[in-house]
Amino acid sequence: MKLFGKQPMIWGLIGAIAISVVLAGAGAFTARAADPIKIGFGMALTGGLSANGKPALLAMQIWKDAINKKGGLLGRPVELVFYDDQTNPATVPGIYSKLLDVDKVHLVVSGYGTNLIAPLMPIAMERKLTVLGIFGLANNEKYHYPNYFQISPTGPDPATSTATGFFELAAKQTPKPQTVALVGADAEYPQTALVGARELIKRYGFKTVYDKTYPPSTADFTPIVRAIKATNPEIVFVASYPPDSVGMLRAAHEVSLQPKLFGGGMVGLQFTTIMASMGPMLNGIVNYDYWVPEPTMMFPGIQEFFKEYQPRAAKEGVDTLGYYLPPYAYAAMQVLGQAVETTKGLDQQKIADYIRATEFNTIVGKIKFGKDGEWAKGRTLMVQYQKVQGNNIEQFRGPGKKPVLYPEELKSGTIIYPYSAALK
Amino acid sequence: MFSWDLLANAVVAGLLLGGFYAAVSLGIGLVFGLLDIANIAQPAFLILGAYATYVMNESFGFDPILSGILFTPVFYLIGAAVYRIYYSSFERRGEESLRGLVFFFGILFILEVSLSLKFGVDYRLVQAGYIGKSIEFAGVGIAFRYLIPCVVGLAMTGALYLFLGRTFYGRAIMAVSQDQGALRLMGANPVHIKTIAFGVGIAAASLAGALLITISPVVPSTDRDYIGRMFAITVLGGMGSIGGTLVAAVLLGVTESLMSTFAGPSWSQAVSFGILLLVLAVRPAGLFGR
Repeated sequence: MKLFGKQPMIWGLIGAIAISVVLAGAGAFTARAADPIKIGFGMALTGGLSANGKPALLAMQIWKDAINKKGGLLGRPVELVFYDDQTNPATVPGIYSKLLDVDKVHLVVSGYGTNLIAPLMPIAMERKLTVLGIFGLANNEKYHYPNYFQISPTGPDPATSTATGFFELAAKQTPKPQTVALVGADAEYPQTALVGARELIKRYGFKTVYDKTYPPSTADFTPIVRAIKATNPEIVFVASYPPDSVGMLRAAHEVSLQPKLFGGGMVGLQFTTIMASMGPMLNGIVNYDYWVPEPTMMFPGIQEFFKEYQPRAAKEGVDTLGYYLPPYAYAAMQVLGQAVETTKGLDQQKIADYIRATEFNTIVGKIKFGKDGEWAKGRTLMVQYQKVQGNNIEQFRGPGKKPVLYPEELKSGTIIYPYSAALK
Repeated sequence: MFSWDLLANAVVAGLLLGGFYAAVSLGIGLVFGLLDIANIAQPAFLILGAYATYVMNESFGFDPILSGILFTPVFYLIGAAVYRIYYSSFERRGEESLRGLVFFFGILFILEVSLSLKFGVDYRLVQAGYIGKSIEFAGVGIAFRYLIPCVVGLAMTGALYLFLGRTFYGRAIMAVSQDQGALRLMGANPVHIKTIAFGVGIAAASLAGALLITISPVVPSTDRDYIGRMFAITVLGGMGSIGGTLVAAVLLGVTESLMSTFAGPSWSQAVSFGILLLVLAVRPAGLFGR
């Protein structure tokens, strides 16, 4: 009787323990499954590059919200852990050390821009990280690090990418223009772009009549533009940062500099506030770009992205149209997300191998990475500002104001040549 | 590539740029040169003035220069308040050297971050009918975008010169820069006088900010481009010399312009600062310093 009396108690105890263990295990499992996948990065939220850093961050947050709405990655929510790098490369090593050692992020992407990616490269190589670079120009050219991938469509030869379409268009004109003036800022991107431009000048047989650089804090571009005008060039290629682009363009109008082809690598003319303020002064400029609202550029998902991005950008006071960088920052996250989902884990090497071997369908079109992690085939656009009237930003939302002239497969308009014809 | 036409244009462009540089440097000339307060936040007030102008231009269509003038009383009061805090927290206790510097650095940082939070980090520009237009006299082109700031800069220099030389408060400011004790014995309150001077310095910076945004786009961090230039012009002209500030500003402007035209723009600032070092080697007190 005693035995029978005790048995249910013993079995009950064992059962309770077993259930507790199972439940505890399930609990632990549930907790693990709910642990977020942390993606870490530094981003220029203040300082010189913050005008692009903030829109990039917003695009990444939109991706995170969208992916979490669908249930996250591998059934786990995604969390972005980021710090302001203040557009200061010196902050980058500290930020990524904290992200990896303290915040224990699972994946990293870079901050915005060449100068901020450069200090990340040694850390990535030392820790064997897979890195998605956001708009870096030739960061991996010397390292050849296999697990680095870069999202801007500069292609396998980043140095010449900005200028290729510009000089190809110049060479196609009849009669072919002969003389070129080159001018750019004393900074990393313009210097690289100028190196590429010099190479292309040789390739197409143009003659350089002016080739100078200026310090980034130049206040008056009139003397520079006047000196360029004195050499009477048929082509003027400019590699400049936003304030310089504005200064150069205004000075060109004040001095009546009217070469046959003008523009090339002017950063900033793609930004909403600058486009709105400069208005008709932009007409005729042939400049590089990465995305414009032309029919040939409407890749699946891009319009949905802008529907989400533009109202949020207006609220946050960042680039309202967001055509330049945000779609690419989003696409970088799409690439990373797809790699994690398909490899079913967070193994850095497996993710890198997958990215290297795969062609991705993103909101900026198909992306296949090649040499040094750059796009296998470059796709830097050359567009021309045409028929811009007044300072209304709405005119830039539709097609026709910035038709694509290059590459041929994305062409959506015809060049107005020479430059002076577009000013009428 | 030399031609007389290019030379004339370069000199005129340099003179115009110099007038603008003078406007930018007058405030620091007053605050740093006369009051001996190392207000490194001065360029932040320049940018704050530029943003105030941007708001008036963007929201109400006000002319940038007019907006700048309208805002000067507001910035005078802000400047006066900042000095009072600085005085009671640091100067009165004799802790103005290093701690005062940290105080102004803090203001610089707070203003920059506040502008970033309020306006974002997009480049901001203003619209005015004269921007992008120019006139030509005998082959010399003059851009209105530089002509108007130059004229305003010259007017500011003249007004400040007359204020300091002809008015009671102006003379008191000159006196406080020389001997505060003697001024106190004359029955004037040096703190009150310095408050006025500091307010005028900040008001001048705000008006210069309106000129700056007329010339080029600004972001909150644009102030960093001007810190070195403002202090260099003040030192080159001679601490506390308003006329010296104008001469130094014009010297730098013309040098930059000539170098940009004939030798390559990369040399412009290197040569300008080379001149500064050369002048200081010969005249340590600056061109017109005592």
